[in-house]
Amino acid sequence: MEYVNDPKQYPDLRVNIGSLVLQNPVMTASGTFGYAREFESLVNLHRLGAVIVKGISLHPRRGNPPQRIVETPCGMLNAIGLQNVGVERFISEKMPYLRNLAVPVIVNILGDTVEEYREITERLALIEGIAALEVNISCPNVKRGGVAFGTDPQMARKVTEAVKEVAAVPVMVKLSPNVSDIVAMARAVEDGGADSVSLINTLIGMAIDLKRRRPVLANVIGGLSGPAIKPVALRMVYQVAGAVAIPVIGIGGIDSAEDALEFILAGATAVQIGTANFINPRISEEVVEGIGAYVQDHDLQSIRELIGALEV
Amino acid sequence: MAQHQEKARIIRFEQLSPETVRLTLAAPQIAADARPGHFVMIRAGLGKDPLLRRPFSIHQAISNGQIQIYFRVVGRGTELLAKTKVGETLDVFGPLGRGYRIEAERPAYLVGGGLGIAPLLFLAQRICQTGRDLSRDQILLGGRSRDDVAPLVPDFQQFGLPLQVVTDDGSYGRPGLVTDLLDGERIDPSGVVYACGPEPMLAQVARFCADRGVACQVSIESVMACGMGACLGCNVDASGGGYLHVCIDGPVFNAEDLAWNM
Repeated sequence: MEYVNDPKQYPDLRVNIGSLVLQNPVMTASGTFGYAREFESLVNLHRLGAVIVKGISLHPRRGNPPQRIVETPCGMLNAIGLQNVGVERFISEKMPYLRNLAVPVIVNILGDTVEEYREITERLALIEGIAALEVNISCPNVKRGGVAFGTDPQMARKVTEAVKEVAAVPVMVKLSPNVSDIVAMARAVEDGGADSVSLINTLIGMAIDLKRRRPVLANVIGGLSGPAIKPVALRMVYQVAGAVAIPVIGIGGIDSAEDALEFILAGATAVQIGTANFINPRISEEVVEGIGAYVQDHDLQSIRELIGALEV
Repeated sequence: MAQHQEKARIIRFEQLSPETVRLTLAAPQIAADARPGHFVMIRAGLGKDPLLRRPFSIHQAISNGQIQIYFRVVGRGTELLAKTKVGETLDVFGPLGRGYRIEAERPAYLVGGGLGIAPLLFLAQRICQTGRDLSRDQILLGGRSRDDVAPLVPDFQQFGLPLQVVTDDGSYGRPGLVTDLLDGERIDPSGVVYACGPEPMLAQVARFCADRGVACQVSIESVMACGMGACLGCNVDASGGGYLHVCIDGPVFNAEDLAWNM
């Protein structure tokens, strides 16, 4: 399938994430855009750079009990717990729709063990219509897997290698910010063969209900997202982009074209929009339009001129 | 169902009591598609704090392209909405969810507690439009005190259905809880109870109906971020195990589909 716009079309927003070519650098972050169909009546999906669907595990997951979300200043905490239909139902129920979209579909995968990551990758390798995989090694809301892989460079590298061995498409690894050295994590997955890295996932946080003197979330802790985390994400993207050779995808509190452009200047080749999808379902499309206007207004040949162009 | 994101102008602002407000909004697309029990997500400000939209049941949808919401000030979002003025616009997204399924041929019992009264006005209006004999229908409303219910009573009275009101402190209507008004003698087993209110009240209504084999639809509340099935934040326990999501499986459920944890 050819995703690329007419090259003569102006402004030129195309970016390359390794062998994956996107018509523009705006993707929807996993877990914030369902399986895309939820948004079809509101968003022109074909205008997006790519769609990343909700994380899929080998077996269905029930997720955490309520209460799962709470708003915090300029952000939200969630402890959904990776509720998903499992890879078999994903293939039979979600892929027929997804593979007909004229936009790259990136499937976010997760597991409890290295073996599970390998198995789900093998299963998806047989399926047509998947442009890339995003390996989630960074969910803070599950007891096993997630965090352990996302905070230990050796484990992160092992998972990456296992997925790469059997993957049929490019592999992006999504990093956790809940580490003391994000650069070490990025280098580890690069060494493991990752084609790109995306960061950041949510920051571990907590909220307390003073009336009940209990944690607000049933899971006690959750992942913080939204504008509140943008400065942390921007800093980490900047540090990682300066340290690895593979493309970096910026995520964290992006809710405008200006936010996206900051990440691109900091070194991101592309961005993902997450929590903002909940507030304005059309935000991803609006960010694409805003980036295009910026490229045009500043007489740039292409958005690619801005990647890592930050003057420090 | 089509969903619409509209810049809705505030047409009317009514401070119905010191704590409760009713807003009338021009939202023609939403009004055209709204059914009783549907809800809308509204941004309470334009900045990043508060960040998320707030869910509100549709209190009324009027054929001239207007919708109403009725709310109590409980936090920063509703506090901001309570400070809005006629002529301002709000970003409104909806109609969302599954509403009440009106059983046109069966007696209707509308049971509302506190702010749960809000969606029942729209429901009462639509039930009256079914054109059948309404003599066996009843509206039962309860609140903490006069302020919770009295301002809306004239609106409910316009339909001509039998109406009973109770308040916790007896300051309006009879003293007591709305569940006290449920009477096995007067509720026809072939009827349908349509309820909305706080969870303990709904649990009691659900139990009453289950014991007598009366069909019962309840509208419930939940914290939610998106309102459209993407965030999966609004899960509730299902009676058959697993979870249901208030935004897409509800907010109106058959009472027997929910696990009542009380």
